[in-house]
Amino acid sequence: MTAKRENLVLVGNGMAGIGTIEQILKLGGAYDITVFGSEPHPNYNRIMLSYVLEGSKTLNDIILNDWNWYEDNNITLHTGTTVTRIDEESKQVVADNGLSVPYDKVIIATGSNSFILPVPGSDKEGVVGFRDISDCDAMLAAAKQYSKAAVIGGGLLGLEAAKGLVNLGMDVTVVHLMEDLMERQLDRNASSMLQAELERQGVKFAMGKQTVELTGEQRVSGLRFSDDSTLAADFVVMAVGIKPNVTLAKESGISVKRGIVVDDYLQTSMQNVYSIGECAEHRGVCYGLVAPLFEQGMVLAKHLCGSETKPYEGSIVSTKLKISGVDVFSAGEFLDSPEHTVISSKDEWKRTYKKILLKNNVIVGAVLFGDVTESANLQKLVKQGAVMTDEIYTEVMGTGCCGGGAKKGASVETMADEEIVCGCNGVTKKAIVDAVTEHGFTTVDEIKACTGATRSCGGCKPVVEQILEFVLGDSFQQAAKQGICGCTTLSRDEIVAEITAKGLKTTKEVMNVLGWKQEEGCSKCRPAINYYLGMINPDTHQDEKESRFVNERMGANIQKDGTYTVIPRMYGGVTTPEDLKKIADVSLKYDVKVVKVTGGQRLDLIGVKKEDLPKVWEELDMPSGYGYAKSLRTVKTCVGSQFCRFGTQDSMGMGALMERKYERLDFPAKFKMAVNGCPRNCAESCTKDIGIVGNDGGWEVFIGGNGGIKPRIADAFCKVKTDEELIEVCSAVMQYYRETGNYLERTSEWVERMGLEQIQTVILNNEENRKELAARIDFALTQVTDPWKKILNDNSTRTALFEETRL
Amino acid sequence: MKMATQTYTIGTVQDFLLQIGRVVVAGNMELAVFRTSDGAIYALENRSPHPKGGPLAEGIVSGHFLYDPLYDWKIDLRTGEVQAPDQGSVVTYPVSLSGDIVTVSL
Repeated sequence: MTAKRENLVLVGNGMAGIGTIEQILKLGGAYDITVFGSEPHPNYNRIMLSYVLEGSKTLNDIILNDWNWYEDNNITLHTGTTVTRIDEESKQVVADNGLSVPYDKVIIATGSNSFILPVPGSDKEGVVGFRDISDCDAMLAAAKQYSKAAVIGGGLLGLEAAKGLVNLGMDVTVVHLMEDLMERQLDRNASSMLQAELERQGVKFAMGKQTVELTGEQRVSGLRFSDDSTLAADFVVMAVGIKPNVTLAKESGISVKRGIVVDDYLQTSMQNVYSIGECAEHRGVCYGLVAPLFEQGMVLAKHLCGSETKPYEGSIVSTKLKISGVDVFSAGEFLDSPEHTVISSKDEWKRTYKKILLKNNVIVGAVLFGDVTESANLQKLVKQGAVMTDEIYTEVMGTGCCGGGAKKGASVETMADEEIVCGCNGVTKKAIVDAVTEHGFTTVDEIKACTGATRSCGGCKPVVEQILEFVLGDSFQQAAKQGICGCTTLSRDEIVAEITAKGLKTTKEVMNVLGWKQEEGCSKCRPAINYYLGMINPDTHQDEKESRFVNERMGANIQKDGTYTVIPRMYGGVTTPEDLKKIADVSLKYDVKVVKVTGGQRLDLIGVKKEDLPKVWEELDMPSGYGYAKSLRTVKTCVGSQFCRFGTQDSMGMGALMERKYERLDFPAKFKMAVNGCPRNCAESCTKDIGIVGNDGGWEVFIGGNGGIKPRIADAFCKVKTDEELIEVCSAVMQYYRETGNYLERTSEWVERMGLEQIQTVILNNEENRKELAARIDFALTQVTDPWKKILNDNSTRTALFEETRL
Repeated sequence: MKMATQTYTIGTVQDFLLQIGRVVVAGNMELAVFRTSDGAIYALENRSPHPKGGPLAEGIVSGHFLYDPLYDWKIDLRTGEVQAPDQGSVVTYPVSLSGDIVTVSL
């Protein structure tokens, strides 16, 4: 016997609507659900679009609910379909393709559209908003074809778009009507620091400019401003704001002001029709951020499922800029006025700024720039309307060192159960508390796997940690100590100290003696312990193949189809016609799919079958280039003084010498180097773990550079006069990194964790220390052998690793 | 539905190094065979249940679990079940030992 379920139709397949549906499913709401979406995609995380543009995430990474989710929950999904009308009389929802669906309840969650300035020429080719995947695709495509972009609007979205386009190699100018960037979220101090930081990162600015026309023929070619000045641009992004998408509500005769008017239970003027998200207007406010959407969705879901719920009374909003390496945060009130008490600190050398505003001693707002570690905490204090105390003051205005967290539990204690902790995934405090109490979780990682909190941007991690601490109470200290992985609570330093003190010899012994939870470890700790053992005992440690990642075990990079790539050494990026001929012959013989020039100045033979690897190595008869390893990859060089008219030093010679000296040694992570013959820096020393730049009087050494997912420009470490000094300094830096680095930690992270001055003190101010480090790396280097040769000379390993049993 | 199972001899115990997978090809079937540190031997289809597929034989073995070499999914060698938070399963095939001889039923 089943009662007829009511039909719930959701118009708008985005985060707000689907978030509500997820809550309804959790509450066991008995509806037959149909979802309409205009975009051809399942529900994705719109706030992550900036990362897609930046290239650090793909569309697949930001999908929140894939096709299977709809199917698993018996939800009918119509993508690429726009609903045009809600017919109250016949209780039908009607779409542009003629489809009509009966409803008992409707949720309108149509979000908003980019606001396109109503100026002449705004309809030209090459003018886009920044709102959805198709805009993102348009920007990615434009960057390939055009070079000069203008972004109109210096708000959150405009700046994220601008930085994305700069990363894509375009020349970008941000045009802003006001004199201050993000004036709706930041005060003047933070704005000017932000502008300076973005200028450093290559964004240009045209401030106080009102665009009156977009010029050009069919395609945009430039902008004209009200003061008659102009700016050339062959691609324009409009990011001046968003406009609630109210077309459907208007067409259906629902009351609309700026957005669709809703009451405290998200009910519109039409019976049985609700609205949430950016298209809704609640108590005169339309929100354009993610957190309020979840708060609204929670109230609506409970309301639709007939559970008890408090009315929705509006949200305190906070802002975080999603640009790698630029940290800005604001919450609540941020502009000083006579009625505020202002606490602020500005550090122009460290480029940080912190301001907290009080009204009658209650915390009403905050702005942070440069160091946003306290953002989650401040957001919470503003939300709660907490009264400033000495303890809170010490906590939020502290020096940002590891002290001061003693009293944090108190504030999460007073947090309401339904308060959203993780804005990206709409996880409430209660969901986290339940996860901890029901499953006995003791780590943030466990909470993440179960609830999704901290899974996306990670901004809420401090609060999640505090909740964990609060729920576990006294047992927290013991439990929440984060080890190197889930198998242990021991840190890297504790493990290394124990290995040394107890003379432990194998990963098995380490895990056994130190009481691992999972007896034989996991894919995180086994390779790490194997590295630490080899670093501590370079001459006696027996490397454990079974504890190596596939690439290091096989001496080649595995590709997604199970074939491998082979990269032979080309010392300093220099090869010979004979070697090239050999590479060509072997590639032909073994049917290599692609021969690719790598970023590290060598050749990559892609698509070698596993069982062919040893034969390929044998016939190449060249050393392994270690393109697969946590080890020295390549030393990139420019032409240098041997041939170049500008060269002051022999970069090719020094590069090859370095590569020969340091090859084959295990490091905590992959290690890249470059040597330049002059300050023109053609081999890009600024993005290498160690970068070396020659000049007329010697060499300059840079460390901690990275060109990968989190680009970092290397720090100037020191200048030396002779080749001997150069090698000694490089040796000492490498060995210090090998001895203190966490496994998988690149030098870019290591330099920031240790502090540049600390590394300089250890190596430059203490000659004895430097020589000892250099001697230790030299000793470790006497132990290394070529892995390809080793496998060729060891029949049983060769058979076991590379040959298949064929029946 | 498989019609009938057939038993194949795939080698001796010594052919399978501890905690190092090995590929065994039987007709058009590709198996990943593992010997765990307690001496047990397991055979699975050599295909990751991850949507992008890829081999399993080169993964890191811990107890009765395998960490998939390409996507780091944790898989129970005994049942083929993928462990949370990921989901899926791999087909497993029964292995038997008589003395040193290893056989698998497909």
